[in-house]
Amino acid sequence: MASKPRTLYEKIWDAHVVERRDDGTCILYIDRHLVHEVTSPQAFEALRLAGRKVRRPDLTLAVPDHNLPTTPRTDAAGNRLPIKDPQSAAQLAALEANAPAFGIDYIDATAPEQGIVHVVGPEQGFSLPGATIVCGDSHTAAHGGIGALAFGIGTSEVEHVLATQTLQLRPSKSMEVRVEGELGPGVTPKDLILHIIGVIGTAGGTGHVIEYRGPVFERMSVEGRLTVCNMSIEGGARAGLIAPDETVFSYLEGRPYAPRGEAWDRAVAWWKMLHSDPDAVFDKTVVIDAAVVEPTVSWGTSPEDVVPVGGTVPAPESFADPSKQSAARKSLDYMDLEPGQRIEDIAIENVFIGSCTNSRIEDLRAAADVLKGRTKASNVRWAIVVPGSGLVKRQAEAEGLDQVFTAAGFEWREPGCSACLAMNPDKVPPGERCASTSNRNFVGRQGPGARTHLVSPAMAAAAAVTGRLADVRTLAPCQAVDA
Amino acid sequence: MDKVSTIEGRAIPLGLKNVDTDVIIPAHWLKTVSREGLGKGAFETIREAPGNPFDVEDFAGAPILIAGDNFGCGSSREHAAWALLDLGIAAVIAPSFSDIFSGNAFKNGILTVELAQDQVDRLLEIAADHPIAIDLENQIVTTPFQDRFAFEVDPFRKHCLLEGLDEIGLTLERGAAIETHEQQRARALPWLDAPQRRDAA
Ligand code: SF4
Repeated sequence: MASKPRTLYEKIWDAHVVERRDDGTCILYIDRHLVHEVTSPQAFEALRLAGRKVRRPDLTLAVPDHNLPTTPRTDAAGNRLPIKDPQSAAQLAALEANAPAFGIDYIDATAPEQGIVHVVGPEQGFSLPGATIVCGDSHTAAHGGIGALAFGIGTSEVEHVLATQTLQLRPSKSMEVRVEGELGPGVTPKDLILHIIGVIGTAGGTGHVIEYRGPVFERMSVEGRLTVCNMSIEGGARAGLIAPDETVFSYLEGRPYAPRGEAWDRAVAWWKMLHSDPDAVFDKTVVIDAAVVEPTVSWGTSPEDVVPVGGTVPAPESFADPSKQSAARKSLDYMDLEPGQRIEDIAIENVFIGSCTNSRIEDLRAAADVLKGRTKASNVRWAIVVPGSGLVKRQAEAEGLDQVFTAAGFEWREPGCSACLAMNPDKVPPGERCASTSNRNFVGRQGPGARTHLVSPAMAAAAAVTGRLADVRTLAPCQAVDA
Repeated sequence: MDKVSTIEGRAIPLGLKNVDTDVIIPAHWLKTVSREGLGKGAFETIREAPGNPFDVEDFAGAPILIAGDNFGCGSSREHAAWALLDLGIAAVIAPSFSDIFSGNAFKNGILTVELAQDQVDRLLEIAADHPIAIDLENQIVTTPFQDRFAFEVDPFRKHCLLEGLDEIGLTLERGAAIETHEQQRARALPWLDAPQRRDAA
């Protein structure tokens, strides 16, 4: 192998190339494949029709999440409750049948380990540093937070991976997002990634894989890193990753699918080599000053439409690009906002804390910290917390967080994707606003006509108690009250 | 995937231009769990009109569809190709196709044949009463009336169709290389194999 200095991305890529064709296309080996109920039925069906098997069922894990209702899944006697929507029920039934038929580990909708695929993978130790990880969902990039090369794929690629455990791909370019300095108090990983997307734009990472670098990430928890990498796709990148370190290793050690004993030691030794060489050249570098990042809120219908919470809604004319101007006009119209309006004057009727971006234990703790001893404002009609997995839910309950949420007027739900994409019954009503910890503020994403403001969990909690978008740092510290 | 060499039989003379993916398979058919059965939704809006070519008994099970310019424009939905397959269509002849559609068609073993507009017009006329034949090996469309229309096809796609190879089939042809990689991986990165779920420590 050439001794040319390589980036982290290049190292992981090179370690997985089965074959390289003259035109640059590679057959890339896939280490981990996560499967959910919405993008897999036709892939399994095609395998069946072609008489093909799943090449490596041992490297595949199935869990339903996208369209499961988040209301209780069993009755008092522990019997499964049926899903009302026939199409959702059919998709769940298909996965339930396909997983055992093809010899794939399946986490049942009622199992305590069930949750959003991108929460479950790291939590179960199924996702590992340096691994190639795919899933039929574009936010697969999240797993980059533990130092994996992870990206979303379509249904025919799901089929391709099931049948061959590989994909035919061309390498992406590499991009460095270097964050210098430290985040201020009350500023979270979600604020940072929203800020980054605001700087690079939704096309900033197109054709690239992003590596996030800098002391901020070295100090960041695994949960925070998963949040940052999760939204790489909103910055246009196919994947985003952070070099694995001791924080990641101690997070993974002892998890159900993680290697043990001697295998663990060998794994850690290899993982320690997974970082960009000092002289590695990135095709593109963006430098971000952490000190300028404020709690950040989206105002429009694109994830790049962000401002600090203390700011105002921008005027379309403030953008240089004429196509951006017209997009901004449309966004403001859809969002029913006026240029110059103070962000903190925007009233909120709904609050959603959940999604693979922000539904891990640390996210729930951050929200609960703000909510302790407070209740939601009277104009907030609907506030829900959807933990990322059953294990997160149990942990939160053990810490009494569920009591804090319900005392504050939140509904405490079962794990799933929920109002992130509103494929299940959890929808924001037309014309209403939602302070949401999810990742996409597209038109109609949280329900037809719904208006989404992307925020961090602490900011979502602040919106709930004030009834408007509010700077969580300005809320008077509240005495912890025993729930 | 089935090998494609000669496709012979009746051809549905649709003739329309700019048939988009919404026309091929309307969006409300997308929430399915199967690619089979999509034929029922194929061309749903066209088939609502009395006297449409899909209703003509002679064309039941016809393997060829003849359409106008820009066939398959619109979204990237793979369901469009699945719907045609389910309808029994093995080849579409048109003056031009959308790129995404012809890619999806190829992935699903459907041959797309581009011919000049006057040749397509001639075929539309003949197809009303007679069968036509597409010879992929020799890249020629023939009719019972001695018409011989040559067409171009990407050599790679031609090879795949003739051999019945889809992208998965092609990758599987490299099975030995994949196995070698797996063996190397098992030696160098053994913890990546067969993860066993155990109770958390
Ligand atoms: S929570 Fe949202 S983004 Fe995440 S996997 Fe589910 S639908 Fe996709």
